[in-house]
Amino acid sequence: MRKLKKVFVTFISAIALTFGISSANAQDTIVLGSAISLTGKYATNGEHTQRGYDLAVKLINDKGGVKVGGKKYNLAVKYYDDESNASKAAALAQRLIEQDGVKYMLGPYGSGITIAVAPVTEKFGVPMVEANGAARSLFTKGYKYLFAVLNSADQYLSSAVDLAADVNKKAGKKPSSLKVAMAFEQDAFSLDVKLGVMERIKHHGMKVVIDDALPKELNDMTATLQKVKALKPDLLIVSGHSKGAMTGVKQITDLKVDVPLIAMTHCDAASINKKLGAGNGDYVLCGSQWHKSLTYKDNYFGSASDYAKLFEKVYGYDPPYQAAESSAALLVFKDAFERANSLDQKKVRDALAKTDMMTFYGGVKFNAGGQNTSKPMVMFQVQKGENKVVAPVKWAQAKLIWPAPKWADRK
Amino acid sequence: MILLQAPFLNLQALLDGLMVGAIFAFVAYGMALVWGVMNIINIVQGEFVILGGYITFTFYKMGLSPFIGIPFSFLLLFCLGFLIYRTIIFRVVSRDMFISILATFGISIVVQQLMNIGFGSQVETANSGLGTSFLFDGNITLSHIKIFSFIVCLLGASAVIYFMKTSKLGRAIRATAQNARAARILGVDTEKVYCYTYAINAAICGLAGSLVAMTYTLHPYIGLPYTVRSFMIVIVAGLGNFPAVLASGLGLGTIEEFSAYTLGQEYRIGFVFLMLVLILVYRSRKLAKKREYLK
Repeated sequence: MRKLKKVFVTFISAIALTFGISSANAQDTIVLGSAISLTGKYATNGEHTQRGYDLAVKLINDKGGVKVGGKKYNLAVKYYDDESNASKAAALAQRLIEQDGVKYMLGPYGSGITIAVAPVTEKFGVPMVEANGAARSLFTKGYKYLFAVLNSADQYLSSAVDLAADVNKKAGKKPSSLKVAMAFEQDAFSLDVKLGVMERIKHHGMKVVIDDALPKELNDMTATLQKVKALKPDLLIVSGHSKGAMTGVKQITDLKVDVPLIAMTHCDAASINKKLGAGNGDYVLCGSQWHKSLTYKDNYFGSASDYAKLFEKVYGYDPPYQAAESSAALLVFKDAFERANSLDQKKVRDALAKTDMMTFYGGVKFNAGGQNTSKPMVMFQVQKGENKVVAPVKWAQAKLIWPAPKWADRK
Repeated sequence: MILLQAPFLNLQALLDGLMVGAIFAFVAYGMALVWGVMNIINIVQGEFVILGGYITFTFYKMGLSPFIGIPFSFLLLFCLGFLIYRTIIFRVVSRDMFISILATFGISIVVQQLMNIGFGSQVETANSGLGTSFLFDGNITLSHIKIFSFIVCLLGASAVIYFMKTSKLGRAIRATAQNARAARILGVDTEKVYCYTYAINAAICGLAGSLVAMTYTLHPYIGLPYTVRSFMIVIVAGLGNFPAVLASGLGLGTIEEFSAYTLGQEYRIGFVFLMLVLILVYRSRKLAKKREYLK
């Protein structure tokens, strides 16, 4: 039934988009464009992204819209489905700009697709605020029209290494004596995560005992985990999107692999705290862009937990960070329009570059590469099936449980 | 080389390989059946497996034990296979093999996308709740669900063989595989045979899929590796030779597992393709030699 409803809703919204927005395209509406993955591999996260955008658009319009030059404008977003395909997304971005006359863009979902879209928006001088492309290469190419509200991928798990060094030091074990096992997928995102991790590992002088590469078609990582069992590292790091997190935790549970600290990405997207049965995802440490328990605030959504409540009310589930950062992108755009006090693309771009604001998602301030330097990553640990923020200490809800109890001692 | 440093890992890899290999062999047997009887290479094999997995997963999601899902995966996929034969496959069965590859490839894309819409693109797994055994002072780890899948695959395969050898339909299927025209002349309804063969294959995949859902993880796009593996196993073993299918299935699982230990996880599936190329080259050379001999 839900499946049918979903198909129906997608269908209706597609119709609403083609007719609704083109007719609402009167002069008092600012239309933003976005090619987004509504079908295909990234459909789940694409949907989170779209819902984040939609929620913020509705809220901004309800609260009086955007004031530019003394006039009120409503926001609207024109979407196309990129089918999770990067080259398609680039073509659709061009279509949005050239045929549909869109002057501002919101980012697609995912690093790979954002990498494909950025050259297009750059070429046409269209400002793009993106919320879901974390690869470092986005920020080293000297793009002038690209702004990202999220932290780059290399920051995802680097603090996990510091955390491991810290707790071991307190327990009287030198960080340089620690053994690390790693398993990374070979895509732009995970390799960036690895870069950040390796930098911290070198800094602490730790020893890498396993460095495995995960395939794209991953559903079995027994071999890596058996090696981990044999070599007994102090820290295990896995980055392979949702499937890496899911497969990893599932097989760690099945094989009863004991590691004092396990760190992963995408734990919340894969819901490892809920989907694997009671307690099986426990003690895993996860890097996240955002968490609803954080105390950031703004005038639109209120606090992070207010945002979570609103999102839950509208869509019926807890917002993953992909939705939160997408909503934040619209707050950033609104703020820039009003400061630029103009709809000129160049002026809006300059205003975006000078952004320095607080949102429910965290601070936003861009460096020359368009990267948000104001917000740190947070780490949460799954504790009794709940995601609890354990680092940075300033926002911590709970203390890190370390070392993770051995499987033999768990009930 | 970690395998030399820790010798017991060899045994571990062997066991893991055999267990995963049993699933491969079972799925490959279904493919060999369809290939042998209907002369169709069923590209949608892997998608059937994943769909079977999702059916079991649905039971798990409703709060029931995933084991209840096993017969449903089997039966529903049987019905689906029946339906797909009656709507699509019967049109391509007597045609060129290339057309049937295109047709089943098309079905596989449709099934993939429907699974994506229906079950979402996130990664899922059905937790069996079975425990884990440790052997040799905890050096060897065997999760019970893997042993369970191993046994179910062997039992399932034996049941299919028994069915083929003893039942009337089984005899008809074997007769059609040997010579379709002769079978038709002797009164075998080959159309019906084709239909049931295709449905039985889908059911085999469904059963294997429910084991995959409990032992590994599922997402809509993980089907292709299962198709490729079965293809390869059938190429090695030949059609209609079950012991060979079983042996090469188990062998493939083991080789894969060892390659994952020595070369790394990422080369696991790459290695399957490499093996496929090597075996095809070897086979065509062997055939070429035979031709020389015949001259």
